[in-house]
Amino acid sequence: MSDLVIENVWKEYGDQIVLENVSLTVASRAFVALVGPSGCGKTTFLRMLLGQEQPTRGTILVDGQPIPTEPGPNRGVVFQRYSVFPHLTVLGNVLLGKEFSNSRHRAKLFGAARRNAVEEARKLIAEVGLSGAEQKYPAQLSGGMQQRLALAQALIMKPKVLLLDEPFGALDPGIRAEIHTLMKRLWHETQMTVVMVTHDIREAFTLASRIVAFERRRDRPEEKQRYGATITKDISIWPPRLAGVPSNFSPDRDGPIDSLGSRRDDPALSGE
Amino acid sequence: MRWINTRPGRGAQLTLLLLPFVLLIAAYSAGSVARLAVNPNDKLLPNLAGFADAINRMAFLPDPRTGEYLLWSDTVASLIRLFAGLGISTVTALLLGMAIGMLPYLRALLSPFVAVISMVPPLALLPILFIVMGLGESSKIALIVIGVAPAMIRDLAFKALELPREQIIKAETLGGSSWQIALRVVLPQILPRLITCLRLQLGPAWLFLIAAEAISSDSGLGYRIFLVRRYLSMDVIFPYVVWITLLAVVTNYILDRIRIAVFPWSELEKQA
Repeated sequence: MSDLVIENVWKEYGDQIVLENVSLTVASRAFVALVGPSGCGKTTFLRMLLGQEQPTRGTILVDGQPIPTEPGPNRGVVFQRYSVFPHLTVLGNVLLGKEFSNSRHRAKLFGAARRNAVEEARKLIAEVGLSGAEQKYPAQLSGGMQQRLALAQALIMKPKVLLLDEPFGALDPGIRAEIHTLMKRLWHETQMTVVMVTHDIREAFTLASRIVAFERRRDRPEEKQRYGATITKDISIWPPRLAGVPSNFSPDRDGPIDSLGSRRDDPALSGE
Repeated sequence: MRWINTRPGRGAQLTLLLLPFVLLIAAYSAGSVARLAVNPNDKLLPNLAGFADAINRMAFLPDPRTGEYLLWSDTVASLIRLFAGLGISTVTALLLGMAIGMLPYLRALLSPFVAVISMVPPLALLPILFIVMGLGESSKIALIVIGVAPAMIRDLAFKALELPREQIIKAETLGGSSWQIALRVVLPQILPRLITCLRLQLGPAWLFLIAAEAISSDSGLGYRIFLVRRYLSMDVIFPYVVWITLLAVVTNYILDRIRIAVFPWSELEKQA
């Protein structure tokens, strides 16, 4: 449950202006997709929401508070790659967040505390469809399974905001459609606001409640340096897609979903 | 078929593996026979009987003067120095390497310093060590540490720095503190590299050990080799060299098995 307010944010690297005057207000529990040509600063924008980078000018507020200047537990993230830890099993990866928050010095849980955390982690692992793979290492999982794991790992922290940086870009279409279904279900069931960077317009319209396009208004070679990208389009899906509210139309957005014969946007909710 | 696509079978592989060793022994034997035919008292290339006699004398009969079994007492003396030196280097490298890799301030402070120190030729420091620390064990161990530690520190710092930034960010969003991230994310991923690094430094470590023992010692494998050199005792030197090589090979093998047993994921990653 948290809204994001981005006010007049500029990002410059030395002389190079990457983003100029970006203002955006994201309602709580919205699912915003950021699209735009490569190199237009989508990922930079996401990094600023994450706290990995600071805006040169302007402010970013989460629930009215300025965001901290480093990444923290209330903003979860899934990257395209390297989101999971190769030295931990699936269970270990999901447990890690619990272990960080409940064991300050050893960062490891024992006894009853561990059993409770394991139970919670297993539930989440089942939720993302990885039951049975708890003891496997990421190198033994397919790309799609690794991204499911990355989602479960981020969700155990119950983040207010989930940031996705082209999370499904490297997956093949079938797997991607499946994980879209999962992503939608998670968005409906949890309380978080989602911001996703994608270069796949179709993906953006499939998942998001709102699509925001970044673009350079001036893109001639001699202008590139001094003019950054900004928001050029801001499209809300109509009829509105609301978290927790099943939508009652199905405009063939995820291939496999339609073929199930469902008239629902999200068949998983109906228990099919 | 192209040469790059032809692969040996199992039997062929074993034959090829043994071939260079057999050839080496054959060449030696031929040389030895030729020399002994000219002069039965030749000391440069003794035959197998000469070796057997020398090995028996060094390993299985007590030394008439001290009552010690020289090969074993030399081995123990050398291995204690070697492992003390490598142990100190490993611990230093782990602590400093990780800290340099993770903390930008320490990196700014120490990284150039370590880079310069690692260029100092350790053997040139040997006289200084002998003068400052005396001729006892500590100067020999110090030489190994000075020779081996800087390279290990740099290697581990690189490895820690090489961890994908995404992993560290992800750990931060899971609520990890610097200490927790060091303990649960960086350390476990660096330990396999530490073992590999240790294996690579076995050669230099033996080099420094033997150099130190050759110059000043009263026991040790290097000491013995340089002692019997005065009597042209090739029948002792050759078995000692083979023995040192064997010790190094076995240590190398055991370290690699330890890595695979303790960090099974590191082998998976390599294949992936």
